[in-house]
Amino acid sequence: MSASVLFDAPGPKARARYRLAGILGGLLVLAFLVFALFQLGSKGNLTYDKWAMFLGLEVNDIDANVWIDYLLPGLLNTLKAAAISIVLAGIFGFLFGIGRMSQITVIRVFCGVVVEFFRSVPVLVMMLGAFYFYSFNNIFVADVNPLAAVVTGLTLYNGSVVAELLRSGVGSLPKGQSEAGLAIGLTRGQTLRAIQLPQAVTAMLPALVGQLVVVLKDTALGQIITYNELLTNYQRIGSTWGNIVPAMIVIAAIYIVINYALTSLAAYVERRLRQRGRVTIGAGGGAVPLVVAGDVELSEFEVGGEDLDIDLDPGEADSRR
Amino acid sequence: MGELLSQYNVFSAFGMTLLLTFFSAIGSLVIGTIVAILRVSPVPLLQRVGALYVNIVRNTPLTLIIIACNIVMIVNLGFSFSEDLARNNIIWAIIGLSIYHAAFVCESLRSGVNTVPAGQAEAARSVGLTFTQSLREVMLPQAFRGAITPLGNTLIALTKNTTVATAIGVAEIAGLQREMTEFRSDLALLILLVVAIGFVIITLPMGLLTSYLSSRLAVKR
Repeated sequence: MSASVLFDAPGPKARARYRLAGILGGLLVLAFLVFALFQLGSKGNLTYDKWAMFLGLEVNDIDANVWIDYLLPGLLNTLKAAAISIVLAGIFGFLFGIGRMSQITVIRVFCGVVVEFFRSVPVLVMMLGAFYFYSFNNIFVADVNPLAAVVTGLTLYNGSVVAELLRSGVGSLPKGQSEAGLAIGLTRGQTLRAIQLPQAVTAMLPALVGQLVVVLKDTALGQIITYNELLTNYQRIGSTWGNIVPAMIVIAAIYIVINYALTSLAAYVERRLRQRGRVTIGAGGGAVPLVVAGDVELSEFEVGGEDLDIDLDPGEADSRR
Repeated sequence: MGELLSQYNVFSAFGMTLLLTFFSAIGSLVIGTIVAILRVSPVPLLQRVGALYVNIVRNTPLTLIIIACNIVMIVNLGFSFSEDLARNNIIWAIIGLSIYHAAFVCESLRSGVNTVPAGQAEAARSVGLTFTQSLREVMLPQAFRGAITPLGNTLIALTKNTTVATAIGVAEIAGLQREMTEFRSDLALLILLVVAIGFVIITLPMGLLTSYLSSRLAVKR
């Protein structure tokens, strides 16, 4: 943990100072929480009939169950879009990632341009374009258009990220790996298939799991193009029970729990791989793309996972040292 | 397409995108630096507060944060900066974007600190520098250089994420794209291409500058 690098082991005076800072900081956080709760309460957001339905209780004689009628179907749609997108993005990323390493210049340049383009266009812009394009040309049944647009946007963007990950995964391997393959008489393609790719996929595994978080979060953009995913339901719940703020808090909590579990899984996979002495590409904690537009090689700054190593819990990080 | 471009002001929409980017970048840098200081501080409770912030914000969809800024902060709680509805939404969009990207700024800065080997601090102490001196002269200069690349990535992500502000009706480029496409659905892909090229033009220099700076200022180890 960086703290051990920056600071000396504290003596008695410093420990007292740290304690004081801790208490003051704690009070400040507490004051903020009290203020927030007070504000929420003053607008009537903390009453029984705004929250009880989330425990499955009937409120104001409304014959609906918030979980069965709203949250779970929404969550299902979110997961459905995310699952389809990640599979398609995997295929897209694999094809274009290999294409970028091709020996044939035309293929390499074409795949490079495609990947760089989709990486620098916002997902929402692609979703909007796809949505109106599908609707206007009647490519899908009308009901499917929003889902198709969400999947299109997510696939193109995340597929490009996967392609970059694959390339940097291969780049992160020691040179001796490909040299050994060529030396025993394998062709370049065979070396890639039999030696480099299996190792590269292992190396990018944590980053791939981290990318799942990005996909899951970005499905919420579907709200803007009327896809009935989890976030969209805050309006429906709000108009049924008049509890729009509690509904948003519950929906946020659902996202946070799922994504935190995925982030933890990515960190766990990375730790396991590194224990076994494998090279990994840092998970990056998801959300911000791992790679930049322009010509920065991912492998320059993230191989070994040291740079963007995200410790979920300071305590746990210390015990690892 | 030409009439479409003369009818809708693409440049002012991109101007709004740049404005959101500029102010959110400053906001997220301020919040992110504070959270990063908490996370690398020697006080366990403050470390946990910083980690909690990062883990909550990073795992929440930006769309939810932006919509909550409107629904919860403006409509429900009535926190208002301006009488003008549109301006109020812009300010809250900037706050939402800042809060969200602060988590990534924090992690970038922290990863910068983590690139500095422990030997540097030990060497600084053994030549007799005090704590503040070693921080100022040895640790922080190296840490900032190590953070340039991830900070550049965050800036590019922020630029693209300003499009989400359209969810609360801020008149930036994705909103204009929707307007234009609703008017001329047959040109959906062409309009998409125009907007996309605009983003390439904005983000490409950022990427080039980042890679130039990070290679120029890299600490050779």
